Amino acid sequence: MTASTFEQVRNVASDIFGIPADKITAESSPETIENWDSMQHLNLVLAIEEKFGVQLDPEDIEEMKNIGAVAALVEKLQSAAR
Amino acid sequence: MPDSNSTPDSTSAERNPSNLRAKVDKLIAEGAFDLALRRLAELWRRDPASTTASFLISRIDDLRGKDLRDKTSDKLGLTTFKLAILRSFTVEPIVPLLRAEAFAYGIDLEVHVGDFNTYVQDMLDSQSSLYRFAPNAVVLAVRTDQAAPELWRDFADLAPEAAEQAAERVVRGYEQWIGAFRKYSQAALIVHSLERPSSPSLGVLDDQSEAGQSGLIRQVNRELRRIAAGFHGVYSLDYDALVARHGSERWHDERKWLTARLPIAAGYLFQMAREWMRFIVPLGGRTAKVLVVDLDNTLWGGVIGEDGMAGIKVGAEYPGAAYQALHRALLDLSRKGILLAVCSKNNLDDAMEALENHPGMLVRAKHFAALRINWRDKAQNLREIAQELNIGIDALAFLDDNPFEREQVRAALPEVTVIDLPKNPLEYASAVRNCAAFERLTLSTEDQQRTEMYAAQKQRAGAEQNFQSKEDFFRFLEQEAELEPVSDLTLARVAQLTQKTNQFNLTTRRYTEPQIAQMAKKPDWHISSIKVRDRFGDHGLVGVAITHDDGEQCEVDTFLLSCRVIGRTVETALLAHLAESAAQRGRKRLVGWFLPTKKNAPARDFYMEHGFEWQVANCEGSLWTLDLESSTLRCPDWIKLKVSVGSSATETTAGGRN
Repeated sequence: MTASTFEQVRNVASDIFGIPADKITAESSPETIENWDSMQHLNLVLAIEEKFGVQLDPEDIEEMKNIGAVAALVEKLQSAAR
Repeated sequence: MPDSNSTPDSTSAERNPSNLRAKVDKLIAEGAFDLALRRLAELWRRDPASTTASFLISRIDDLRGKDLRDKTSDKLGLTTFKLAILRSFTVEPIVPLLRAEAFAYGIDLEVHVGDFNTYVQDMLDSQSSLYRFAPNAVVLAVRTDQAAPELWRDFADLAPEAAEQAAERVVRGYEQWIGAFRKYSQAALIVHSLERPSSPSLGVLDDQSEAGQSGLIRQVNRELRRIAAGFHGVYSLDYDALVARHGSERWHDERKWLTARLPIAAGYLFQMAREWMRFIVPLGGRTAKVLVVDLDNTLWGGVIGEDGMAGIKVGAEYPGAAYQALHRALLDLSRKGILLAVCSKNNLDDAMEALENHPGMLVRAKHFAALRINWRDKAQNLREIAQELNIGIDALAFLDDNPFEREQVRAALPEVTVIDLPKNPLEYASAVRNCAAFERLTLSTEDQQRTEMYAAQKQRAGAEQNFQSKEDFFRFLEQEAELEPVSDLTLARVAQLTQKTNQFNLTTRRYTEPQIAQMAKKPDWHISSIKVRDRFGDHGLVGVAITHDDGEQCEVDTFLLSCRVIGRTVETALLAHLAESAAQRGRKRLVGWFLPTKKNAPARDFYMEHGFEWQVANCEGSLWTLDLESSTLRCPDWIKLKVSVGSSATETTAGGRN
């Protein structure tokens, strides 16, 4: 995963979860981010789709276990689209 | 509306969204809330995405927490508005987008979302969380699959009579819920129409009959419009047309529907929010009353001073046709009562020649209520236009192709609605048509005649110059005022005035049509409207007074007049009428609050100037009282007053009783 995709995903997560970007790591997950509930998960999915112009399948959405996994998924989808 | 053009007041590094976010947080930390709000607005214009919305909402909630809770919105110049959404699908991700867009229109929106598919109970139970929330408006967002399941799935299985009956049942259901809603709440209600399936179950055969799947859903929608029209403050939102406008295939996201009950694709959630805003902006009183337009490269292609009459592009053929499309959009606004004005850097003669004589122009000089064609600063010209038309600066919208001028106006006059014109002139007309600040939910006769009324106003101002004394001028005007209790015919206009009048408004209490209707039914409440005309023309219905009797006193709940008649003593006539009728009903005192706002300074000394005595003051305002037995308050003798009581009218000349 490139630094820039990770950084962009981190910025998206920062806005959605309302926490400073520098507090978010690749390991940040629903266990470590307090308000990462199912509704915020949907908001994260929608923000990722909007920001990166990708479409997430239900299977993809289940893979989004932490921020690192989200960034990896975005890269996978973007390279598949190319 | 994003704008990637260069701007005079910020460098490109500052315009980077993440730097803007840091800037906002710094300003909040420094306590510069006003500047922080401006930056937030800029951020939203540049990047109206769901991430931006989340950021913006968290900061606004943060600002609210930093101040006295209830006073913040007012202090920040925002209108508070409570919206409830009753729904059959997931709307939560739309809410931040909606609140952010509302903020861009100066509205601090509080949103209550009902549980999935509990809309029927919510509306029928007077104790439900819906009514406890006390909303200003309610959206009923129900999809066809839930509202009319038989017309949606397995339609081909239904016998024709069964299908007709199903459609009728759907309509009866809506009629019953809406009736109950109106009984328990005076909030506005916005009802989504039902969407037609993009692939009817019988394919092209479906459209060969009125009683097909699409035909019946269309029939239900027609009935919904009829039901809405039968109630005050119930409006239809054409959801079917909204989906069609954006394309059913793109609008829908089947994956999200099946996994999260969210039928709308990520890219279109904002469009849903914007559609709701077209109702919320007029309901919240945040509409623009005047659109001020530039000329060169806005109303026509090219620069009149350089290209000349033969060189500018405007006409029925491309590229001039793009400008004619904009003209048509402007004329449509004018028909809705929105005034047009010109603000252009040009030589007056060149510009007037094109406005009067260019064969391709559909809008002419006569369509504009004010003209500022000169080389001065546009912000200053806008101030003058507002003054000339006697409206607040926040009632102005500004249309200019030049991003530099737009940014300058934004910086100098943040309360003006600045429309970001797209680069391509072919998109100009829809930029104007899609601006929620021009939406109206009702149209009064006053609205439709407004342009003519302002022309008469110009003549009045001219005449006033010729008189030595105010009194002589008033006598010359030959004003006639007609007072009557609110009726079905005037209800919409009366409610509209309570929602829109900011300057000469003593209490600034906003009421919806149903609220006014409710009040009018109570025996102790009196709602009077005043119509005014003079030798130059008809002002229409321009003032409202609401009073309620309480023991020995009569309290003025609302007293307002449209700015265009202020200072002509009509306000004295209306107040004298209140005093007189309160005395006739045996009241001893007329009392009234003056509640100051940012805008109602013109009404500040009103009670004092009419012999009221100051009684008490608190943090909200001051209470004034008039002893009716010793009062000498009379209608000025130069106003001919006609007082109607319901249907019968009695004519009196106030002067005769003096």
